[in-house]
Amino acid sequence: MKNELTRRLAPLVVATLLLAFVPLATSDYVLHIAIEILLWGFVYTAWSLMGKFGLVSLGHGAFLGIGAYVSPLLWNYAGLTPWLGIPIGVLIAMLLALVIGYPCFRLRVIGHYFALVTLALSQVALLTIVAARDITGGSLGMTPKAVGHSWYALQFPEKPYFYAIALVAWVFGIVVWHFVDIGEGRAALDAIAEDEGAAAAIGIDVMREKLRVTLASAALTAFGGALLSQYFMYVNPDTLSGIGVSLQIVFAAIAGGMYSAFGPTAGGLFTIALPEILRITMGTNFVGAANTIYGALLVIFIIFMPRGIIGWFESRLAAAPARS
Amino acid sequence: MLSLRSISAGYGSFRALFDVSLEVAAGEAIGVVGPNGAGKSTLMRVISGMLRASSGELSFEGRSLTRLPAHRIVEAGIAHVPEHRRLFAKLTVEENLRIGAFLPQARRHYAERSEWVYALFPRLLERRRQLAGTLSGGEQQMVAIGRALMSKPKMLLMDEPSAGLAPLVVEQVFALVHRIREEGFTVLIVEQNLRQVLEVVDRAYLLEVGRIRLSGSSAELKDDPTIRQAYMGL
Amino acid sequence: MDIYLLEAVINGILLGGVLALLALGLNLIFGVIDVVWICYAELVMCGMYMIFWLHSFFGWPILLASFAAILGVAGLGVLLHLLVISPILESAPINQLLATGGMLFFLQSLATLLFGTDFRNIGLRLPIIELGDIFISYSRLLAFGTALIGAVALYLFLSRTYLGIAMRAIAQDREIMGLMGVDQRRIYLITSAVGGALAGLAACLLVLQYDVHPFIGLSFGPITFMICVLGGLGNMIGGFVAAFVMSQIIAIGGYYFSIEISYVLAFVFFIVLMLIRPQGLLAR
Repeated sequence: MKNELTRRLAPLVVATLLLAFVPLATSDYVLHIAIEILLWGFVYTAWSLMGKFGLVSLGHGAFLGIGAYVSPLLWNYAGLTPWLGIPIGVLIAMLLALVIGYPCFRLRVIGHYFALVTLALSQVALLTIVAARDITGGSLGMTPKAVGHSWYALQFPEKPYFYAIALVAWVFGIVVWHFVDIGEGRAALDAIAEDEGAAAAIGIDVMREKLRVTLASAALTAFGGALLSQYFMYVNPDTLSGIGVSLQIVFAAIAGGMYSAFGPTAGGLFTIALPEILRITMGTNFVGAANTIYGALLVIFIIFMPRGIIGWFESRLAAAPARS
Repeated sequence: MLSLRSISAGYGSFRALFDVSLEVAAGEAIGVVGPNGAGKSTLMRVISGMLRASSGELSFEGRSLTRLPAHRIVEAGIAHVPEHRRLFAKLTVEENLRIGAFLPQARRHYAERSEWVYALFPRLLERRRQLAGTLSGGEQQMVAIGRALMSKPKMLLMDEPSAGLAPLVVEQVFALVHRIREEGFTVLIVEQNLRQVLEVVDRAYLLEVGRIRLSGSSAELKDDPTIRQAYMGL
Repeated sequence: MDIYLLEAVINGILLGGVLALLALGLNLIFGVIDVVWICYAELVMCGMYMIFWLHSFFGWPILLASFAAILGVAGLGVLLHLLVISPILESAPINQLLATGGMLFFLQSLATLLFGTDFRNIGLRLPIIELGDIFISYSRLLAFGTALIGAVALYLFLSRTYLGIAMRAIAQDREIMGLMGVDQRRIYLITSAVGGALAGLAACLLVLQYDVHPFIGLSFGPITFMICVLGGLGNMIGGFVAAFVMSQIIAIGGYYFSIEISYVLAFVFFIVLMLIRPQGLLAR
């Protein structure tokens, strides 16, 4: 396992070193985009921990929203530092994942049904946030109280600081991805994905494996949500919870390719960079043009490139030596 | 009427039929026998269009059927009574018959057609509003055959009609096959039950591991030791 | 009984009618083709826009515009099947879910691009009926009645016609449909057209009561899925009943708390029920 891990982490180390130089060479604007890509890439990677084993959740918006709201709420109303607020949010998300996951897995709620239950979950989260508008600000969103540059409040007006945080989080996410990929859990989850009954019959603790990966995925997603709201200094139920963002997460992970470590991040590049490029070239006159093209491309992806961009590249690379 | 020439077919990389050729003349009853796994059902599926042959030719009344999809083959006049009956369990007996008459040419004559089928199978008339899944095995076989007859076929393919049925019922089923023959249908039966099927067919082919090993009239085959060997695996 | 509670119950029943129609369409598609059109509510949204533009902009009489919308969305259903669904019919179900999910996103964005995010209303004011202290809007009553007629028509179609029987049969055993002389592809296309037509009909009924905007699908889409799953995916009768159960929760919840909380209650009810009986309330 040691050698395997080293082999996999090598490209990650290279990528990290390259990425570490970004703040030195670019403007605030590019840095902003880079932070978004890293943070969202982290979230997409968290989702793919479940997705690659057939546990397709359309409800990660709920975990994202919990992470994004809990810490600012605790900061604004109780003065609690995000260093505590964020872990609390993560724990709440994990609790929710447990509460929903345990009965689901026990009763073999899978496939379409699982997807739709999780979808309901993300809607519940969004509707609850909106209904509690006296506390959360409802659809208008809320902002954490700004105190300028502060480690205690985890607020940094200067982008390079948050870039560093985002980079660390992103690296952490990829490392976790690799751990899940090579751990013993992986073979078990693959077996479960292929035939749950057969897996149980040979002694795999289906419930434990599924719960483990679900809790991990929920925890990381919530963490990503917390970082996002902390970075933007603004949180809004439509952008960080609900079915819309849940679908966005799923698409990005799949478009980028959830069977590869960097796949979901590539999806992040796609979901962040493409709208930006379209916005720059087409201007805000054509609101919705970017998303329309994006939506069309997604459908085309599913039909023609089900293993995502990275997967497509990988299959090209695999085919090349055979040809020569 | 039906002619297969050098048909080969399989599922993915698994080949089930190798170079199979056979002929069925109008009005004949032909049997295809062989042990389990010989490829008999595959043969039926190729003829009815459920499976595409990888090579060879299939023609019916002079027309080539080789590339046609299943619903066109039914149109041409071949009806397939599938293995294990494959009834629509949640539809009534009557609805099962009705769907057998889906083809426009069959729909037009639905009333007289269904009358004829009910005359052949009076028990079904009593049970016509019952859900097909609640019938006994023998009754289900009757529905399956009736359903196939609704499309006014010229030729009937029967895939293991005795499978899973009690011996008494099996007798009834074969008596039925005999009756259908008398009505003028051409029949191709695929069966494991050697003795019974040789009683009702004129000729038969022995299929073993995807190839035709033997063919002849039922009288010839009844006493042929090769057939018994094939079944015993000697 | 409190008269206003009665009013809420009645309005709940009326709402249930339209939700039932939506559930029927979704269940039909799933039962026959085995695909969930996640973008179903967005097809309804397209229908609503069609009526708005034909009636309010081009001045078509409302009935004609409605009829055109039903045909239009039926056509959209066929296109959806031809272009998006049939290439991936053999794929894993998740691919199909995502493809239609992508269409949801695409249709919402396209609508935003073409029509902007403003709320549009067709400006048709139908009378309010007074029964003692209860107020019932005529448009709601009309919607309920039409939805019921649609449901009955669908029932007759499925039970009496050859196509209808074929559609029910295909849901039970796909493989042998060819042996019946049935062209599977044709059945799928017709089903897509019928499913689309039902969505179009729902659009006609909804546009009488609500404003249309690109994201209106989110108001009734998720709840329709919940209804279908509650009744058992593909189970037409189950979905029909579940629609009224859910609409009562929303109506009564709205009476005691607020309409927002009532939706939360409805979703929580769904989740709880799924965890108790995952196959749905009425699955056989």
